[in-house]
Amino acid sequence: MTTLTGLTLKAALDGLASKQFSSEEITKAHVDAVAGSKALNAYILETPERAIQMARAADARIAKGEAGPLEGAPLGIKDLFCTEGYRTTAASRILGDFKPTYESTVTSQLWRDGAVMLGKLNLDEFAMGSSNETSAFGPVANPWRAEGSNQTLTPGGSSGGSAAAVAADLCLGATATDTGGSIRQPAAFTGTVGIKPTYGRCSRWGIVAFASSLDQAGPIAKTVEDAAILLRSMSGHDPKDSTSLPLAVPDYPAFVGKSVKGLRIGVPKEYRVDGMPAEIETLWQQGIDWLKEAGCEIVDVSLPHTRYALPTYYIVAPAEASSNLARYDGMRYGIRAEGKNLNEIYENTRGQGFGDEVKRRIMIGAYVLSAGYYDAYYLKAQKVRRRIADDFRAAWDKCDALLTPATPSAAFALGAKETMDPVQMYLNDVFTVTANLAGVPAMALPAGLGHDGLPLGLQLIGRTLDEETLFSLGGVIEKAADFRAKPKTWWKA
Amino acid sequence: MAIDAATVRKVAKLARLTEAEDRLDTLAGELNGIMTWIEQLAEVDTDGVEPMASAVDLKLPMREDVVTEGGDPARVLSNAPDSKDNFFVVPKVVE
Repeated sequence: MTTLTGLTLKAALDGLASKQFSSEEITKAHVDAVAGSKALNAYILETPERAIQMARAADARIAKGEAGPLEGAPLGIKDLFCTEGYRTTAASRILGDFKPTYESTVTSQLWRDGAVMLGKLNLDEFAMGSSNETSAFGPVANPWRAEGSNQTLTPGGSSGGSAAAVAADLCLGATATDTGGSIRQPAAFTGTVGIKPTYGRCSRWGIVAFASSLDQAGPIAKTVEDAAILLRSMSGHDPKDSTSLPLAVPDYPAFVGKSVKGLRIGVPKEYRVDGMPAEIETLWQQGIDWLKEAGCEIVDVSLPHTRYALPTYYIVAPAEASSNLARYDGMRYGIRAEGKNLNEIYENTRGQGFGDEVKRRIMIGAYVLSAGYYDAYYLKAQKVRRRIADDFRAAWDKCDALLTPATPSAAFALGAKETMDPVQMYLNDVFTVTANLAGVPAMALPAGLGHDGLPLGLQLIGRTLDEETLFSLGGVIEKAADFRAKPKTWWKA
Repeated sequence: MAIDAATVRKVAKLARLTEAEDRLDTLAGELNGIMTWIEQLAEVDTDGVEPMASAVDLKLPMREDVVTEGGDPARVLSNAPDSKDNFFVVPKVVE
C-alpha cells in the first residue's frame, strides 16, 4: 500500500469511507510530513493541534454515518483566506499577527463538508508575484529539481505554497486564488492540477482582496477528479459577496471521465509566442493529438487582442489593488508605525509594512488613477478588456473550449528574478491572464516532463460557467498523458 | 511621458507610502519601463467600446435593510493596534 500521504484525495475519501484508516491516522501522517518539510517553506503556519481535533470530529461523524463530501480529508489553506482564530497574513508584514474573528466563505464550506485544516500556505505578498519571492516569509522551494541539478527552483506564484504542498504530498489538496494566473502557473510548474473557475463561482468573502474584478478562488489538487471534488465544495452562491453568482453548483466530479467526442477544440494562433521553447510547442501538439484521438474536432481560432492582455492587466489590477490596499492604514488591524502626525503614521506604516513589489503596484495604480491620466490609462484598459472578452465570445461560435500551453517555460531558478526587470517577470502570465480579464474558467494540468525532467502543463479555457467541459477534457488529457512522475524527496528532514 | 524621481515622490505621497530618497531613481526607472510597455494599448481601436468594469453581467443584488451581525465590539477590536473602552484609539487629527 502507498503511504497515506501518497494517496489522491479521491482514494483517501474512499479509504476513510470504508474505514481502511481513520482521519486521525491520515491527518497525523500529513502533520508529520509537514513538520519534516521545512526546507520547502510551503507552510507559514502549521496547525497540528487543530488538525487532530478536526480529524477526531470527522472520525466521529464517519462512525455515525454522517460523513460529508470531504469528511476527514486534510487540506492546506493559502494564507490569503481568513481563518477564524488562526493568523492570516497574506504573506505581508503589514498584517502583523492578524487573527481573523471570522472564517472565509470558501474555507467555511470546506469545514462544513468535513475537511481538516493542516495549516496556512505561503504565497507572494498579497498574491502579487509569479515566483513566490515577494513573500515576507521567504520564497517557497519547488519540490521539483532539474535532473542532475541541486539548484532550487521556484514553484511559481502566487499560490506557490499551495502548489508545492500538493506536489510534495504535504496535503491532499489546497485552496488557492488566481488574479492573473496564480493558480495555473504554479500548478504547471509543479505537475499539479489547478482550476480557476468562472468569476463569481467561489465567494470572495473573507479572502484578502487584491484586484476584486479579477480575483477568484479555486483548488490545486493531485488529479483532475480531486480538483472537481474540491471545487464542488468551494463553489456556491454567497449573499455576502455581491458578485457571487446565484446559481446551483453542478456535480463536477461526475463530468470527469465523460466522453468528449464531437467537442470542438479551438487552438488560438496568438498563443504561439516568440521565443517559446520547442518542447512547449511539442507538448501543445501532443495535447491536440490526444484530444483528436478522443474524438474532438480541432479548429484554428484567433483571439486577436491576446497580446494586449498583460498590459491591460497591469493597469486594471494595480488600480484595483491601490484602492483595495488603502485599508491598511495601521488604525484598525495590523502593524502601526510611529510618526509625528497622522499622515506620517500612514506613510511609515505602509512604507515599512509593504514589500517592494506591492509598493510598486500600489504606485502604478495610484499613478494610472491620478488626475489627468484616468482616461488615458484606466478607461482605455477597461475598453481593451471588453475587446479581449469579445474575442472569447467570438471564439465560442467556432469551438467549445480552447487548448493552450499553461506557461511559456518550465519552472525557473529562485533568484532569477534579480536579473529580470518587472516586465519580464510579468510575461510569465502571458497565457493565463486573458481568462481573468474575460472571467472565464481555465484549468492547468500536467502533460509531461521537459528535457530536464521538469513538469510542463497545458491549459484548457472554457465558456463562462462551463467548468464541466473542462473537467471532461482534463480527464481525457490526464488519462492520455498518464503523468505519474513525482519529485525526489530531497527536502525530507 | 517620463516618470522622474519627483513624480515618484508625488505618487508615493498620494498612495501614503514612504520611499527612501535613494530608491526614487530606481523606482522611476522601473515605473517608466512598465508604463512604456503599457503604452502599446494606444494601438487598439476602442472607439465606441463600452468600458468593462466587471467580469459578470450581474446587477448589484439588493437585500432587506436589516441588521445581520453586530453588537460585538470585542470581536471588532480584537486586532486593533490600540483600543480603549470599546473604541479604536487613533492619533490626534484635530488640534
